[in-house]
Amino acid sequence: MSDTILSVKNLTLDIPMGSGTLHAVRGIDFELKRGETLSIVGESGSGKSLTSLAVMGLLGKSITRQADEMRFEDVDLLKANRRVMRSLRGNRMAMIFQEPMTSLNPAYTIGDQLAETLRLHRKVSNAQARARAIELLEKVGITAAESRLNQYPHQLSGGLRQRVMIALALMCEPDLLIADEPTTALDVTIQAQILRLLVDLTREMNMAMILITHDLGVVARVADKVAVMYAGELVETGPSTEVFARPSHPYTRGLLRCIPQPGKTERGAPLGTIPGIVPSLIGEVTGCAFRTRCPHARPECRAPIPERGDASHAFRCIHPDGALSQEGEVA
Amino acid sequence: MLPFILKRLGLALLVAFTVSFISFSLLFLSGDPAAALAGETASGEDIEAIRRIYGFDRPMLVQYGDWLFSALRGDFGESYYFKLPVASLIAERLQVTMTLGVCGILFALLTAVPLGVVAAIRPNSLTDRVALFLSVAGQAMPSFWFGLILIVVFAIQLGLLPPSGAATWRHFIMPTIVLGYYAMPAIMRLTRAGMLDVLGSDYIRTARAKGAGETRVLFKHALRNAIIPVVSLAAVQMGFMLGGSIVVESVFALHGAGYLAWESIARNDLPTVQALILVFSMFYIVFTFLADVLNAWLDPRMRSA
Repeated sequence: MSDTILSVKNLTLDIPMGSGTLHAVRGIDFELKRGETLSIVGESGSGKSLTSLAVMGLLGKSITRQADEMRFEDVDLLKANRRVMRSLRGNRMAMIFQEPMTSLNPAYTIGDQLAETLRLHRKVSNAQARARAIELLEKVGITAAESRLNQYPHQLSGGLRQRVMIALALMCEPDLLIADEPTTALDVTIQAQILRLLVDLTREMNMAMILITHDLGVVARVADKVAVMYAGELVETGPSTEVFARPSHPYTRGLLRCIPQPGKTERGAPLGTIPGIVPSLIGEVTGCAFRTRCPHARPECRAPIPERGDASHAFRCIHPDGALSQEGEVA
Repeated sequence: MLPFILKRLGLALLVAFTVSFISFSLLFLSGDPAAALAGETASGEDIEAIRRIYGFDRPMLVQYGDWLFSALRGDFGESYYFKLPVASLIAERLQVTMTLGVCGILFALLTAVPLGVVAAIRPNSLTDRVALFLSVAGQAMPSFWFGLILIVVFAIQLGLLPPSGAATWRHFIMPTIVLGYYAMPAIMRLTRAGMLDVLGSDYIRTARAKGAGETRVLFKHALRNAIIPVVSLAAVQMGFMLGGSIVVESVFALHGAGYLAWESIARNDLPTVQALILVFSMFYIVFTFLADVLNAWLDPRMRSA
């Protein structure tokens, strides 16, 4: 059996709109090995969440999904029918969402919701499912787990609810966990705890994780691989240590300038920003989508952009070095 | 849950007491019952005599207290017109009205809720449009007219159903449809709106991400949350149906409580009118209370309210 548990090739997602088709995701490739953490980074609207929903088979009916390959373990996701997808979801692949406050059903107890996940996929008694729920709640660091089972979501804080969501996702010991901005809605102090928890759990359970975020600080601490997404395309992919040490695409470097670094960033100096806005993806998009905001844009950027670098650390730019040599002049 | 129920029960009793007082006072102010009883040709002395015999000369609060304590024992006095105890008169008429009201609301719920759910699953589809058309037609069509149409078609032309009376269950079919159809549109639209809202929520996405099937998502996760406003609405409509089915009762010659109310008002039958107002408002109070309890069971967040 191959080590690769998820491989996606040339994934395209189109959303029909009144004024034309929105090309939300335009031909992206990525691969994930057992136990590996891939972080997809990008601004709002870059297509990160849609990509993860496409893997889970949870896209809205109006969205068309096309790909050369989408394979999860032994399952061809492109050919899988609704039954097969249902047997995968919550079982072998699970997902945590951005909104812990609203992601749990207000009408059922925590225990009911946790047990339901296990009982949808395994033939176990309610008592066994609840025992497993207690085990998982303890694992995600919730005290008095047994009494929590009878509580309702509105009785828990946001941090606790996100822990419950994590426990929910892990009920069936999935091989793949997709975490879509799991810490965005939480207090800063809680964010670090939740992130730590996710990292520990993926290691402990040898689980692959796709971590979707717009916070590069998070990526640096957690991810094995990083994929930088801009306007529906992957502009740079590679091992996270590589990408952080030698960011090759001008957009990646722009993102990195936006986070202050202790010791490096001068006190009082303005933080970096990327001027401009993400272009509209309605209608045909050709060439480099970042050219409207890129300080190194040239007329050739309108043409198809070659992929540079090697298989492990790749980027798409007209400049052979991603215009790194010109960066000094601009700054 | 029990503290919530007790609290609501206490509130319901308070409301019931207030309603009884207000309805008594309003009737007291609405005219001179002694003059009405005595008739148009009575002399002033006759009216005074009647006033004394019936106790209308006493202070209002004394009369109210007297009436309330009798009412609590189930004694609503004697009907001026029918010369029968009001309690047994109403009890008899209520059987018809209750049967009709329960059938009517059940008919409305059993048709409108599924229609609303189907319409919400595929908004703007043909089903949605047909459901919308039915609901607009239901709201626009007066009950008496719809009732007459049914009588013409099913009783006269086809001869399938009896046109009037309350002797068998078949007599109740057409009145049930007419009464229920009136309540359907609001229930359907509220169900549709609730389902549309809930189906777009994050916890429905969570349910799908768990691997739950569509039926489970719709009925276990969505409907329970979407139905809450419908429960409150249905309770009010039920109260309305019991008190306000006068039109339907007249069209189908069902002698229920609504019809009795109309008769009693027309004949200045004060004890009957007072008792009916109390009974009808009690229905509202009871159904609202039951709806609150049911909603608290459906949505735990309401239990603390």
